[in-house]
Amino acid sequence: MDQAHPLLELTGATVRFGADAALRDVSLRLFPGEVHSLMGENGAGKSTLIKAVTGALRMDEGELRLDGERVEFATPHEAQRAGISTVYQEIELLPNLSVAENIFIGRDVGRSGLVSRGEMVARAREVLGGLGLTDVDPRALLGSHSVAVQQLVAIARAVTADVRVLVLDEPTSSLDVDEVAELFRVIRELQSRGVAILFVSHFIEQVYEICDRITVLRDGVLVGEYLTRELLRIDLVHKMLGHDATAHRERENPSADRPEGEVLLSARGLRVGQSLEAADVDLGKGEVLGVAGLLGSGRTSLARALTGVARADAGIIRIEEHAVDLDSPRRAITLGVVYSSENRLRDGIVAELSVLENITLALQAERGALKPIPMDRRRELAQSWVDALDIRPADLDRPAGLLSGGNQQKVLLARLLALSPRLLVLDEPTRGIDVGAKVEVQNLVGELADNGVSVVFISAELEEVMRVGDRVAVLRDGRIVDTLASGELTADALLALVAQPEDEGE
Amino acid sequence: MNRIYKHRLFWPVLSLLVLIVVNTIARPQFIEITLQDGRLYGALIDILRNSAPLMLVALGMTIVIATRGIDLSVGAVMAVSGAVALTIIDRSGSPGAVGTVFVAVIVAILVSLVLGAWNGFLVSVLKIQPIIATLVLMLAGRGVALLITGGFITTVNSEPFAFIASGYVLLLPVAFFISIAAIAAVALVERRTALGVLTESVGINPEASRLAGVRSRGIIWGAYMVSGTLAGAAGVIYASNIKAADANAAGLFIELYAILAVVLGGTSLAGGKFSIAGTVIGVFIIQTLESTILFLGVPSAQSPVFFAVVVVVVVVAQSQRMRGAIARVGDAFRKQDAPERDDEKVEVAR
Repeated sequence: MDQAHPLLELTGATVRFGADAALRDVSLRLFPGEVHSLMGENGAGKSTLIKAVTGALRMDEGELRLDGERVEFATPHEAQRAGISTVYQEIELLPNLSVAENIFIGRDVGRSGLVSRGEMVARAREVLGGLGLTDVDPRALLGSHSVAVQQLVAIARAVTADVRVLVLDEPTSSLDVDEVAELFRVIRELQSRGVAILFVSHFIEQVYEICDRITVLRDGVLVGEYLTRELLRIDLVHKMLGHDATAHRERENPSADRPEGEVLLSARGLRVGQSLEAADVDLGKGEVLGVAGLLGSGRTSLARALTGVARADAGIIRIEEHAVDLDSPRRAITLGVVYSSENRLRDGIVAELSVLENITLALQAERGALKPIPMDRRRELAQSWVDALDIRPADLDRPAGLLSGGNQQKVLLARLLALSPRLLVLDEPTRGIDVGAKVEVQNLVGELADNGVSVVFISAELEEVMRVGDRVAVLRDGRIVDTLASGELTADALLALVAQPEDEGE
Repeated sequence: MNRIYKHRLFWPVLSLLVLIVVNTIARPQFIEITLQDGRLYGALIDILRNSAPLMLVALGMTIVIATRGIDLSVGAVMAVSGAVALTIIDRSGSPGAVGTVFVAVIVAILVSLVLGAWNGFLVSVLKIQPIIATLVLMLAGRGVALLITGGFITTVNSEPFAFIASGYVLLLPVAFFISIAAIAAVALVERRTALGVLTESVGINPEASRLAGVRSRGIIWGAYMVSGTLAGAAGVIYASNIKAADANAAGLFIELYAILAVVLGGTSLAGGKFSIAGTVIGVFIIQTLESTILFLGVPSAQSPVFFAVVVVVVVVAQSQRMRGAIARVGDAFRKQDAPERDDEKVEVAR
């Protein structure tokens, strides 16, 4: 296949959002008739790359070639006319219209722009039949079908006669095993027609089942392009998570020296929907518990259940031996349990408020709106955190949204630390921030633990989890499969635990 | 100079000044203020007096909009409030007594507070979209007002009640002092406590605020209560002005003018950062525009069109894109005329 010319070739793609580059000099090749997987953790730049290819986002630098000819798409519609269609994770169809109507929305049907119902249904049947979906009634309301069928209809809609590249963004995340098989049958059908398919999914098994080739991204940079059959699963996971060889200060007071038995939090049998099952967690005072697991392993659900952000469906949480009902973040905060979200921009920073207001937000909320912290006290407090965490620029009145990712993370940490918490749950606090800030955050966690604060530290970077955590809990498929002292772990052993697929287990 | 130009109140203030200047050029007596019997008279004084109901409603609207909400029911609340006050005064044995009027006004405002709490309940507890939640009361409120007045326009002759809208204290209209009091109260509560920042936080990023432990339910609920209360006070002023409770005309379309005033003042309908000073100026722009229409003798049939044209001009002039375009055109001209001055500017910038 390598001898052939790529159907779509992207070179030197760079996309910046303000001070941060979401994509730096990334290349991607898609050959006709191949299924190509784009892999990477959250924030690796997968969505940005898809958007750049499909015209949803303009590249700052880079070149896109379709069939060897240079193309530029200003809108997704232009990309679609050139033969590049996309099916997004959230199905964007209209459940209150029929299947046929959904397939033909936005398409040109009929000479006068008027749509003949009979013709539309006939052609919809043709399109569905071409994908082997003969048992779907084009006249039925879309909403009456299962999510899987809706997903397939979304693909049918994307597949016009002249489709050449089909981008599928997490198409299987809401499908069960049989439905995935049906989807794969459709994908193979398209593949045999010479369509190039870009398949984005975090399910490694599915990637190995359907994909010919894999492109791996990490932190907005291309790690490499590999043939699936030549890449071991464990190597793939390794490439996605990456090595991080930065200086890390040793803990002055490692937990081994601490007296045993001072338990801050213990959780038993936590269950959150489908994503977390029977999770037990014990955490000592001043202990750092690393949590290792891939995207979708339940690591975020665990963090949210422990901090009242999402109430656990089952299980019990005890803090200092008292059972607590963590039904809101506010309740958790009053108990000294705080949470830093993996999604800084969506769930963390209040972008238009100043650094000062962001840092003092949680403390002010805890005191109540009617008891304002005096202005000079607020400035003093915010300034002390800006100095302590070296937040730059050290301008208290700058809107927090204008800071770089690393500094936003520090602002968020300052907001939580200002509450003097007993337990800090950090969900990927170092994702997407520069190396220097990363080490600072890691060192800060160590200092906090030395001062008796307990920390749950979740990260996709295994070495970081091992270095920061006193113990490491390994999550896989919604279960805590093991909890080990980090001193007894090696990177390879941890990698094997995290990546181990179900069928190879035990 | 550059800092003044970039201040977010620059364009609202400029619009207001331009309106006043245009009026003054058209008819110089616009700017005249005369003293008679210890009272100031003039077009500008009328603007201060007549803007009071819109001012109160727009202040409440500002807070609601800051939470990402909207309150369409303010006009209907005004109608209810006027109906309650007038009915109490009408049925009482002594409509001219200060005590009667006092009770009537307090009850009317309390009823409005309850209506605001109802809106807040729908939005903050039941999580109904604000536009739908307040639409309910917008449609039902006037019916309730008609129910209270028995389907008639209740009129009263009550000296103390009329005083609210038409009276004078210290040379100036009472209604103007009510405006000032409301502005001061809202500004104090929002900016001297932490309520303003927490409200903005909820409006900008509700989820981040929840994770930070902000009680967003209480903040949103409170915003609608404030809006209802202020609308109730506006309804009392309106009823006092016409000495009647007109359930159909009271506060008609005022929700739209209030939203316009908030937007003219630079607060985004997307919620978040709000400006009380901006809203005050927005209200004065609208009120001055109304006076302008009267003053220039625009035939009443055409006045909505005239009003709309001016609003479009003001809103377009304030938009980011238009400002960018103006700046670019300005730069192009400067480059043509005096290229050497460009270098100077660079020097200064350094």
